[in-house]
Amino acid sequence: MARLILSGTLQKLTGGEPVVEIDAQNVKQLLRMLSERYPALAPHLEQDSFAVAIDGEIFQDAWFAPIGPESEIHLIPAIRGG
Amino acid sequence: MNDMTIPDLVARELKIVGTRPLRPDGVDKVTGRAKFGADMHVPNMLIGRVLRSPHAHARIKSIDVSKAQALKGVKAVITSADLCDLPSEFIPAGEMMVNFKDVTRNVMAREKALYEGHAVAAVAAVNEVVAAQALALIDVDYEVLPHVMDVAKAMEPDAPVLHDDMYTIGVEPTPSKPSNIAKRVEFGFGDLEAGFTAADVVVEREFTTKPVHQGYIEPHACLASVSEDGQAELWCTTQGQFIVRAFCAKLLGMEVSQLRVTASEIGGGFGGKTVVYIEPLALALSRKACQPVKMVMSRSEVFLASGPTSGAKIWVKVGATKDGRITAADALLKYQAGAFQGSPVQPGAMCAFAPYDLENVRIVGFDVVVNRPKVAAYRAPGAPIAEFAVESVIDEVALEIGMDPVEFRLKNAAKEGTRAPFGPKLGPIGLVQTLEAARAHAHYRAPLKTNQGRGVASGFWFNIGGETCASLNVGEDGSVAMVVGTPDIGGSRASLSMMAAEELGISLEQVHPTVGDTSSLGFNFLTGGSRVTFSSGMAVIEAARDVIEQLRGRAAKIWEVPIEEVEWAEGHARYIGSGEAKSLSLADMAKTAGKTGGPIIGNAALNVTGAGPSLATHLVDVEVDPETGRVTILRYTAIQDAGKAVHPSYVEGQMQGGAVQGIGWALNEEYIYDDNGCMENPGFLDYRIPVCSDVPMIDTVIVEVPNPRHPYGVRGVGETPIVPPMAAIANALSHATGVRFTDLPMSPPRVLAAIDGQQRA
Repeated sequence: MARLILSGTLQKLTGGEPVVEIDAQNVKQLLRMLSERYPALAPHLEQDSFAVAIDGEIFQDAWFAPIGPESEIHLIPAIRGG
Repeated sequence: MNDMTIPDLVARELKIVGTRPLRPDGVDKVTGRAKFGADMHVPNMLIGRVLRSPHAHARIKSIDVSKAQALKGVKAVITSADLCDLPSEFIPAGEMMVNFKDVTRNVMAREKALYEGHAVAAVAAVNEVVAAQALALIDVDYEVLPHVMDVAKAMEPDAPVLHDDMYTIGVEPTPSKPSNIAKRVEFGFGDLEAGFTAADVVVEREFTTKPVHQGYIEPHACLASVSEDGQAELWCTTQGQFIVRAFCAKLLGMEVSQLRVTASEIGGGFGGKTVVYIEPLALALSRKACQPVKMVMSRSEVFLASGPTSGAKIWVKVGATKDGRITAADALLKYQAGAFQGSPVQPGAMCAFAPYDLENVRIVGFDVVVNRPKVAAYRAPGAPIAEFAVESVIDEVALEIGMDPVEFRLKNAAKEGTRAPFGPKLGPIGLVQTLEAARAHAHYRAPLKTNQGRGVASGFWFNIGGETCASLNVGEDGSVAMVVGTPDIGGSRASLSMMAAEELGISLEQVHPTVGDTSSLGFNFLTGGSRVTFSSGMAVIEAARDVIEQLRGRAAKIWEVPIEEVEWAEGHARYIGSGEAKSLSLADMAKTAGKTGGPIIGNAALNVTGAGPSLATHLVDVEVDPETGRVTILRYTAIQDAGKAVHPSYVEGQMQGGAVQGIGWALNEEYIYDDNGCMENPGFLDYRIPVCSDVPMIDTVIVEVPNPRHPYGVRGVGETPIVPPMAAIANALSHATGVRFTDLPMSPPRVLAAIDGQQRA
């Protein structure tokens, strides 16, 4: 299963777990599964407009970006820039 | 997500990409023909003006507009009641998640005025004089409230609270009382305590920076026209016409397709034109008056009411071994957001230590509201502030262990595979190459005299992709009209045309670029995040490939051969089967397009991913006048990884522009307020940005470490150049004087005071 590594801020919303194993095949599934597993995280996933880094590549607003069974995933704040 | 296959074009011989042709918009700009935001005039046009709060923090008890409305020549007066009040809810606006409760209150104050200059009402009148008279007739009854301007004071428990519904996000448990702290963020990993224990040298410093404005020369300007049936047009200076459409439609309760927004030529944006200020007001006034309304901000309005970037208070601690390995790095960032939450503290925290390969790292950030204008993006938002502090401490650590600062950075430089402090592992990046180029540069060995010093600093910025469309319309003579949806701020019409011509195999002169309005293309995210040459480039390339596929298909039908036996090369369809050689040019095929299937149009609509970070290293030499504290920039060299420089002159221009803005940020620029929270220097005479005589020729070195997720290897380049300058200059100044400078700006009075303080000590 893919491994989701959580930053300090997000760890507080997932009961302190630094690493979560999750059986998601794309970003949309990942976000749905996280919201179901960690209700405290759900509003932040919606409000903060997170980007998802999959194996080092950052995807913004890309629901169908594929997640492999061995992927390393990070949730990071979406980057906009100026 | 785009699903473009990434070809091996980096290895292909490029004929146009990488050259330096003249820009297609150049003639209009040098002859004065180019139309900027304030240049549009239409019949029966009214002039709109805004009444602004004279108070930094005040409750609005009542607004009486009756006298203004009764004035002859006044056609409309609006207050917040004429815009939709929206609940506190983050909802998509274009590609961004935005709290429209804040947006609607920022464009027009409701319950409270939260900064001097906050809009409270607006009028539309037959001319400027009548509009000004009408503003004077509007009676606003204020209850003046205590204000807070400083980020540290705003975080104190007894500080005046700006929003009674703001409870800090990111702390557990959620506070029971509202405060000015909107959010806490934290990034990092490892064991800080163990890391600092392993260090031979630990340096710890506090820093402050002041809010600085983006300093675009062209003020905000727009012309709105709403017809009686609700259809609306808006002409404005903006970095994103689609974002303006999304914001304005929401604030005015319109469907987005009722509003057509056209981006004018833009006289600078740097992030400051990614939001709306007067545009929804002009639309509301036009809707009420049933006449077109033009609004142009004065320079003082730009300073008072449009977003600068944050001022900040920063603490940084770095430990290292004597042999030059960083063992731990810790930072605390407190960023002013202005009157509404949303400072760039998150990207600042993510970029702070991103140039380094660290085992033990933590960055904590706070987003804090104060009674100042709401901050807006400014080139690599948040990163220059954090990097000023971090790169100053890095320099001091190198000094403490007696190591060359470039060598120290090379020993710790992030590279492909390094885990970034915000989590993911980095792909191919070019920091090491920029540092090696700095070390090899003649600048680094140039002799220095008394009162002179040399500084080095590096910087990181992510770059982004995002939703992007492009269209290539092949004319009947074979020329190509290219339509993109991203305003051209830095020469993108040139770079995008070059990529289109390169793909199609035609001359650059055959491609004619236009920035389309919101009805001419699908949604485009704005020009920002250093994304346009990368993202619109990807869209243009895909659109060109769409054209090529159509042309190959038509040639196959004309020749009655399988499409697999037709290739596109050098602007021609060529038969590559076993029979007699055949060839058709783009012009040949365009001429008969009507007979072979109709007009030839290539389209692309993508959510582009795969942006590659760009890293830079800057070298600067300064000279300090010990009698006045004046700092002169003697030499400046900016070195940056561009992935692939499509048009090297414009890449160099971005590097030079960022360096010059950084020089202003470092040495002079700051908002000065009186005790009432009112700005004392809202103009370019007193808010001093650099002029030509303040800076030497900025030398540039382009490093090219290709981004593997772009067909030509392109990375964004527009923002990174403003990340290193403040630290590089502070380091140079410290080496020239022997005093460590931790507060921006390093203006002559501050420098003189520091030198005097050192001499007294």
